[in-house]
Parts: sequence; C-alpha cells; structure tokens
Amino acid sequence: MAKVAGDDAVKAETASILAGYPADRSELINILWELQDRFHHIPKAAIPLAAQKMGISQVDVMETITFYHFFTTAHTGEYTVYLNNSITSRMAGFQKIRDAFEKEAGCSFGETDKDGRIGLFETSCIGMCDQEPSALINGMPFGSLTPFSVERLVKGMREGKSVLELMGVGQDLSSDPHKLARFIAPPNIRRKGPVLLGVGYNMGESIRSALKHKPGEIIDLIKNSNLRGMGGAGFPTALKWQFCASAKGDEKYIVCNADEGEPGTFKDRVLLTEWPARVFEGMAAAAYAVGARQGYLYLRAEYRYLTPHLQRTLDELRKENLLGNSILGKSGFDFDISIRLGAGAYVCGEESALLESLEGKRGEPRNRPPFPVVVGFRGKPTVVNNVETFSLVAQIIKYGGTWFNTLGTAKSVGTKILSVSGDCGRPGVYEVEWGRKVEDLLKMFDAGNAKALQIGGPSGKTISARETARKVCFEDLATGGSMIVFGQERSMPDVAQNFIDFFAEESCGACVPCRAGNPILSDLLKTIREGRGLPEHIDQMVEWANMIKASSRCGLGQSSPNSILTSIEKFKDEYMDRIKKERGALIYDFDIKAAMKESCEVTGRTPSSH
Amino acid sequence: MRKKIVATTSLAGCFGCHMSILDIDLRLVDLIELVEFNRSPITDIKKISKRCDIGLIEGGICNDENYHVLKEFRENCEVLVSVGECAIMGGLPALRNNIPIRECFEEAYRNVPTSKSGGGIIPNDDELPIILDRVYPCHELVKIDYFLPGCPPRADLIWETLLALVTSGAELPYELVKYD
Ligand SMILES: Cc1cc2nc3c(=O)[nH]c(=O)nc-3n(C[C@H](O)[C@H](O)[C@H](O)COP(=O)(O)O)c2cc1C
Ligand code: SF4
Ligand code: SF4
Repeated sequence: MAKVAGDDAVKAETASILAGYPADRSELINILWELQDRFHHIPKAAIPLAAQKMGISQVDVMETITFYHFFTTAHTGEYTVYLNNSITSRMAGFQKIRDAFEKEAGCSFGETDKDGRIGLFETSCIGMCDQEPSALINGMPFGSLTPFSVERLVKGMREGKSVLELMGVGQDLSSDPHKLARFIAPPNIRRKGPVLLGVGYNMGESIRSALKHKPGEIIDLIKNSNLRGMGGAGFPTALKWQFCASAKGDEKYIVCNADEGEPGTFKDRVLLTEWPARVFEGMAAAAYAVGARQGYLYLRAEYRYLTPHLQRTLDELRKENLLGNSILGKSGFDFDISIRLGAGAYVCGEESALLESLEGKRGEPRNRPPFPVVVGFRGKPTVVNNVETFSLVAQIIKYGGTWFNTLGTAKSVGTKILSVSGDCGRPGVYEVEWGRKVEDLLKMFDAGNAKALQIGGPSGKTISARETARKVCFEDLATGGSMIVFGQERSMPDVAQNFIDFFAEESCGACVPCRAGNPILSDLLKTIREGRGLPEHIDQMVEWANMIKASSRCGLGQSSPNSILTSIEKFKDEYMDRIKKERGALIYDFDIKAAMKESCEVTGRTPSSH
Repeated sequence: MRKKIVATTSLAGCFGCHMSILDIDLRLVDLIELVEFNRSPITDIKKISKRCDIGLIEGGICNDENYHVLKEFRENCEVLVSVGECAIMGGLPALRNNIPIRECFEEAYRNVPTSKSGGGIIPNDDELPIILDRVYPCHELVKIDYFLPGCPPRADLIWETLLALVTSGAELPYELVKYD
C-alpha cells in the first residue's frame, strides 16, 4: 500500500501550504494543486482548513475539487500517468501504448498499482498533437511514446527517478527554463510567417511604442488593423476593448486565455514557449488602453510545466519596469500579471467559465449577457483575449495597423497560426495568411493521402479533402487554429465518435440539452458503428444535433454536434455502410445469451434451457 | 368495417399502466364496439392467436421471457406502442442497471431483513425466467412506433390514442400531448 499521510500530518502540511497564500478564493485552484502534488490526491482532512482560510464552506471547496479532472479524492499514485485519448493520439497508436503501460505497471487504467506507486488514467488532448501518442506524468508531457519508451519509463518509476530524470534532462538544461521548456515540448515550427513566427523580438518595444499614444489611440490603432480574436469566435478585438474601456468599474482586468483545450490545438504552447514576453506586452497594451491594473494568464494545467519559464519572463519584465508601477516612468500606468492555473476542464476555455474558474469556483459558464467586458472577473469589466491575439496586438502596436491590414482577406486580416496534426508528413505549427486554399495547405502539410480535414477541432467542421478550393478564413472555414488531417484509411464515424465522446465527457452539466443530448448522440452513433443501426438512426442524430445546437447555453453545447453534422453531410456513405443491410427490419439484433450470462453465473443455470 | 384487433401485455411493469387502461372507465363499453381484444390480461388469452392491429406494451425487458413476449408482439402487431415510463425508459426497475446482478440477488433474497440471516437461496428453478444483465427499454430491442409517456399515462391519453389509431389518422388534441 502507498504510504498515506495521517490526518495530523496532512493538517500540518496543509496549514503550511495555506500560510503562503492570501485569504482569496481565486487562489483556491493554485492551493489545490499544491495539495494534489504533495499527496497525489486531496485529503479529506485538508478541506476544512482550506475552507476556513478562504472563508467559504467545505461544500464550496468540494464542488471546486470535484469539477476538475486533475483533482482527485482518491490517491492517484506517486507517479500519475495521464495518457491522451484524443483522436490524434489514437491515430498514432494510443492502444499499443495503453496496453504497454498496463503490462509494465501491472494495473489497469483507472487505478493505481498495488503499492500505490504508479497510477494510470486517461485524459483528453494535452496540446502535444504533433508528437503523439503523448502522456502527462506528474504534470510533465512526454511525447512520441513507444512501447519501448513506456517500458523504460515504468522501470524508472520503480527506481524512484524524478520526472526530469525520466525525461533524460541534464543539469545544464534544468537551470534554463526556456531551454527546458523547448526540450520538453519542441516547438515544431514548420512555417515562419511575417507577423508572429518569423520575426525578431526585442523586449519592451511594444510597450514603448504604446506609450507614445494616448489610451484611446491604442484602441483606434487596433480598430484600424481590423484585428479579430484568434480564440475561435473572431470577435473584433478593438470593439471588445472599447466596451471594457467605457464600462463603469473602479477596477478592470485583463485576462489572457491560455486554456487551449480544443483537441488539435497547440499553437499557444509554442507562442508561450518561444515569445512569452510578447504575450505579456500585448496584455500590458490592453491594460493601458482600457485602464486595468491587474492581469491574469489563465494557463491550462497541461501546460503547467511552462510556469517557471513564464514566471522568469515576468520577473524580467518587472526588472525592466515593463510591468509594475509607473511602467517606463509613465505615472498612473501600473500593471502586473499573475499566472493562474486550470485543472483539466475544456469548458474553462469559454471565457465566462474561465472567469468562474479564476475566482476559484466550478468552471460553469455564466449566462450572457452581461458579457465579461461589463461584468467580468469579480464582477468588474474584464477583457479576455487569446494568447495569439495578444501576441498580434504587440506586433500591431510596434509596426502599425496598416501594414497588418494588407495581409489576408477582406474580413480576415493578417495571418493565422495553424496547429497541424494527424495523417500528414509535417505536423507542427504554420503561420499562413488568412485565405489560403485547402489545396495549398494540404501540399504544405505533406498530406497527399488525405481524405478529410477537421477544421477548428471537434467543435469545428469536417470537410472532404476534395473541397480543395475552400479557404481558411472567417468568410469560409473559420478556425481557432486546429487542423487535423485524416488519411484515406480512417473511418469517419469512428472519428466522430471520439469527438462526441469528448464533449459528453467535458459538458459542465449545467444545461440539459448538452448534458443529456451529447450522450444520446454518442449512443446513437455507437449503435450505428456496431452495425445495429437503421437509416432512421442517422436522421435521429441530425435531429438531436440540431436541437442541442439550438438550445444549449454556451458555446460548448452549441458547437458540440458540429462535427457529427458535417461528417454525416460529407461522408454519409460511410455511415450507410455501417447500417445493417439485411434485417428482420422490426426486430433488432440482440444477443440474449450474452445478456443472460451474468445472472446464469450467479444462479448456476444454463441459458440454453431457455 | 372490420374491428381492429388489440393486444396488450405487461412486461417489467407494475400493472399500473393496465390499471390506467381500465381507467378509461365507461368508455370501455364504447371501446368494445370498436375493437376486439386478443392476447391481454383483460381477456386472459396467453398467446396471440391472430394478426393484430395494435399492440400495447407496458414495462421494459428485464428477463428472457419479457424478450420473447416482446418479439411475439412485434412479429404479430402492425403497430406497437410503448405505454408508460417503464416501457419507454426502463423506469424504476432500471434502477438496478448500475448494480452487479450478484449484489442485487444477495440483497433481494439473502440479506433482506425478512430472510433468515445467512439463510435462503437465490432462486434458480428452471421454471423461472432468467434475469438479463440490465433492464432494456423496448425500443432498444424492437422497433416501436409510438410512445405514450407518463407513469402511468393518463386514461384520457390512452383513450384518445386508441381512438386515433383505430379511426386511423385522427390527430391527438394539443392539450393532450403537451407536457409541462
Ligand atoms: C467550450 C469553449 C472553449 C473555448 N476554449 C478556448 C480556448 O481554449 N482558448 C481561447 O482562446 N478561447 C477559447 N474559447 C473562446 C473564448 O470563449 C473567447 O471567445 C476567447 O478567449 C476570446 O478571445 P479572442 O477574442 O482573442 O479570441 C472557447 C469557447 C468555448 C465556447
Ligand atoms: S452547453 Fe454544456 S458546457 Fe455549456 S453550460 Fe450547458 S451543459 Fe455546460
Ligand atoms: S410506467 Fe409507471 S405505472 Fe406503468 S408500469 Fe411503469 S411504474 Fe407502473
């Protein structure tokens, strides 16, 4: 059995962890992370202490704990493995890796081995789609796993190696957070572009340029650039800032959305690894424009390994007076940034859920309106933008909006970073001008054998690779950046199943259409895939899908059926092929013998007598 | 006009739905003018003896016998209706679906307060139907044409539905099928 700390030890350690934090519920998730790391679960005895410190009830603490995937009330092993089960991992050999882990560790997924040393669990996309199959081990991503490397890893765990040792990190690397971050998850930049990935960066240039303008002029500058949000929805950034600037509030906040939860996306990982200061400068510019004094980077738990690197960058910015009080001598311009962690919940990428999470609560989306620009973090006007958006802001302020405007299409200006994964020769990140044709992209990715493309992740669209003339831009194929390529041999119903199961798992459960509807879609699809389906099941899926889209409260439910709908539309044949061909039409296949097996075992009877 | 032939059965249900059928009350007399009952607890006919127009199913499928009866109905009825929560969703019996069967049996036959402690056996006579791994709603196993929600569905709903089916094509009044 694992050595589990006694209640008194837990209380003592919890108290010392809590002593490092202010009595502020928005720190709750950070605190829970410390507890989870220390004890490999959140011990019962810690909960009253945390509740007392925050001035909230124990139930409040419990509801936060139970909401997040990575917080557990049962011990998850001294080495906790979270194997990615998203589609890109499955295409790259997930099952083999899963089997290898079970064989080596001697336990099944969903549990720990008998001495509590190794725990095996699954999770959704961890932002390593260009290096699948991948897993998190005690929070560190391990990419490109093979059965051989699994064997070696498990052996290392048995020997009690540290996670960095398991990874093969030497002394020289571990002292340089940037190099270490690159070593852990290589950036894989495949195509440098003129705005973000292919340009030099000197710390402070953006803030210096910004301070040459009045706050209102910054908003005008962004407006003239026609910049739109890069998190997926494409909302005009200047408009958002304008709303926030004119909203009443004694405090305002800038939040950078680094939740990057859409399976198939990993561009924010690269931007935060390579140019974190540029993101922070973009946030500072936003703060200057709307009059905010505090900013938060909401970092998905899967990218927790980046924290030392990001913290060091923040320290450097502070040292240069690019953050802090009277930035660059401008009196009245005070702004600083803190990092807050997520804990494994896709829905927390939705901006209002993100704010709830930032406040230390369950990540349930709020009703909108009011929008965050009016009622945001702690009820105050808040700007939430994506990592890439803030990076672009920094560049636009430095080089001007007109330059930016000359790139792209009429309604999608500038460039877009695509995260490319799946069946192609060159997975990685690409900076391309908005408006590139599918035909060009497939060549660029070396995806000659492609049958289909998933644009914008599971919440986006499935298109056929034959739709070569279509363009990636808000006018046609909008995307937050996820691009998954499927080769000819892939089954599209199987892909759709992985997507819908993801949403069924990630639904926050607050509204019925999404909570109950996605599992219904999943069941119907399963019926078809298992060859038990009727043509009308396909129609039923479409009917349910439209209902869920129309009646869900937040973007998760509103977009969760997209991939099923577009997949059915483009690849109906593959669904029809799975429909049972000859049937007694009215009586479905049912294995009555199998259904009787369990009770016959218990009673000692034989099903054949019936 | 030939009288329509109706069959009814109670599978894993509580007979509440059949009570609701009886609850159409004096209209039963009118019904007899319109339909002829075949297999049904009302007639005590044990096997469907001729092709039927309408089959009403109460209850879900919890054992092999239920399944065979359901198939018999599907094979012999033009139109099959799931009547009530149990037929549509499994209902109360389906509460056991997440509990291993051994645990259910132990609880029901051996650990129950009315059983001598440690005594009793789990019934295993070959005459008894064999319990299935879970309780299934009817439409998972055979095609169901109509669903009458309720626990049980109100007598008015049953009456109007039968009337609509018998006089083929008549629409159900909105008040009757609006639930909130
Ligand atoms: C379910 C869901 C998940 C989302 N996940 C993310 C995410 O991971 N990153 C992100 O920037 N935006 C995400 N968004 C969009 C945000 O709600 C928000 O629109 C965005 O952060 C605004 O920034 P932008 O205008 O710079 O794009 C998500 C939206 C929904 C509905
Ligand atoms: S749509 Fe889904 S995720 Fe969004 S609020 Fe409703 S249940 Fe939660
Ligand atoms: S639906 Fe209600 S009344 Fe009908 S059989 Fe089930 S429990 Fe009984």
